Amino acid sequence: MSEAPAASATQPVTATDVAAAVQVTGVDKVFVGKKKATVTALENIDLTVAPGEFVSLIGPSGCGKSTLLRLIADLDTPSTGSVTVFGKTARQARIDQEYGIAFQQAGLLPWRTVTGNIELPLELHKVGSAARKARSAELLALVGLSDFAESYPDQLSGGMQQRVAIARALAESPRLLLMDEPFGALDEMTRERMQTELVKITAETGAAVVFVTHSIPEAVYLSNRVVVMSPRPGRIRDILTVSLGSAAERNEQLRENEAFFENVSKVRELLHGEAPVGVRGVETR
Amino acid sequence: MTATTVTAPAPGAGTASKQPAAGGAGAGRLRTILAPVLLGVVALLLWQLAVVVFDIKPFIVPAPLSIGGEFGTNIATVVAGAVVTGGNALVGLVIGGIVGIVFAILAALVRVVDELSVAIVAALAVIPIVALAPVLYTMFGAGAETARQLVAAIAVFIPVYINTLRGLRQVRPVHRDLLHVYAASAWQMTRTVTVPGALPFIFTGLRIASSLAVISALIAEYFGGPVGGLGKSITSAASSSNYNLAWAYVLGAILVGLVFYCVTLAIEMFATRHYRPTS
Ligand SMILES: Nc1ncnc2c1ncn2[C@@H]1O[C@H](COP(=O)(O)OP(=O)(O)OP(=O)(O)O)[C@@H](O)[C@H]1O
Ligand SMILES: [Mg+2]
Repeated sequence: MSEAPAASATQPVTATDVAAAVQVTGVDKVFVGKKKATVTALENIDLTVAPGEFVSLIGPSGCGKSTLLRLIADLDTPSTGSVTVFGKTARQARIDQEYGIAFQQAGLLPWRTVTGNIELPLELHKVGSAARKARSAELLALVGLSDFAESYPDQLSGGMQQRVAIARALAESPRLLLMDEPFGALDEMTRERMQTELVKITAETGAAVVFVTHSIPEAVYLSNRVVVMSPRPGRIRDILTVSLGSAAERNEQLRENEAFFENVSKVRELLHGEAPVGVRGVETR
Repeated sequence: MTATTVTAPAPGAGTASKQPAAGGAGAGRLRTILAPVLLGVVALLLWQLAVVVFDIKPFIVPAPLSIGGEFGTNIATVVAGAVVTGGNALVGLVIGGIVGIVFAILAALVRVVDELSVAIVAALAVIPIVALAPVLYTMFGAGAETARQLVAAIAVFIPVYINTLRGLRQVRPVHRDLLHVYAASAWQMTRTVTVPGALPFIFTGLRIASSLAVISALIAEYFGGPVGGLGKSITSAASSSNYNLAWAYVLGAILVGLVFYCVTLAIEMFATRHYRPTS
């Protein structure tokens, strides 16, 4: 039975046998505002994310990327359609703490130190204080903020705050990470370092990631698949499978790579709505 | 009153500076202290000048120098009176503050409490609290300080309750989402996010209440009860035509009020020192 995990990793993932990390089926989201004005944020979204898979959502501002992430996180409910996470309803998955999340805003508690912020989920879930200390020290080292353990968020730059938020999302080693433009506030150099770190982390932990971004190179560098969305009402325009090798092979050299640039221009074409004729790896929908 | 007084202007988000520029803040603080002090000194000088030049009689208004002299010679009784009145105000501030905060938390957690307390708080806010003093003296006995402390506590309760409740309702959506994601209980939410987040509002309430506590405790003395406090001393000095002494006690009362205000302000600034809005 020792080969079982390896076997399951290569099996095609369907909703019936091994539960997908995220399964979004026929989802619409309509916001009803004041005076019954409605905004259709999402329309007819179908998306499956396999366990351990890295999927990016990319699209123009206001196309519903954050909304889709919120539906998966059970912070909002779809108007129609269903969302399941590891085979459970989104609500049950949230209660069972199946995912970690990093928001578009860092959302740190200003009255807690960096350590206190990272330990918040552990504290709420009754993890002992010694284990908490060890875990937060480990995570601080990971995001390169060990020197700021006892600082308060107002003493950190925006990018440093975002790194704390990422560490917090990783605190309970979730099988699924939901990240909403987590690197948006970072400078280019830190951004690339964090991208490399994130690839490493997800490879080590085997976590699936749904990653919202505005940056095409970032999406290509990080992802197994890039989901390109159209402007409002948000629909999935296309899904591009990026074949740049396993996480272990995704290093700094990759950014200079021919195949990398090819994928970048494919995503760009898809984003701008031009028909990408004859490109490989595109799932036509 | 809102907490705008405690939320400093947005910091330069994205700057990597570890510490706020100490020099600039220090100079600014010095100016905010120096300006009112200078104004006070000038006002006192004009006052003294006016009394001397126009030969104003002490029963209308005595000169600041004579008040100061009287204050100096009677410093022991002024301090004793300040301890009594300040003590009553402090007891009232602590009791009223705790009850106000606890009630506000209950009201934020339990809808029924909120709905019930709307009427009570509205009624309390309308009653001139010190008018209750004579009734309370008969309830608790004229020999005890209890009535005065209670008057101060009720006066404190209202601003603390109202401000705290407002603060508890200001939870940032991203924090609410975060705790929802962690499947935190209502009590965990209250403890880790709602109450700490409301601290600037709670302290604003306490700061307003601190002055109210001193004023209420002082005025309650006018309606009876034991002698020894500053309020009683003011009335007895005035009724024996010792106007300079009466004003010396008034000065004592002002100083007690200032101490209360400054101490609560200092605690507030310390407790909310990291509350500048972050990105
Ligand atoms: N709570 C809400 N009530 C009403 N409309 C909303 C709400 N949340 C989002 N919307 C609308 O839904 C649409 C999608 O918003 P969303 O925040 O998901 O966009 P986004 O793709 O994340 O944009 P950005 O890249 O700028 O973050 C927008 O038109 C927005 O106005
Ligand atoms: Mg967004």
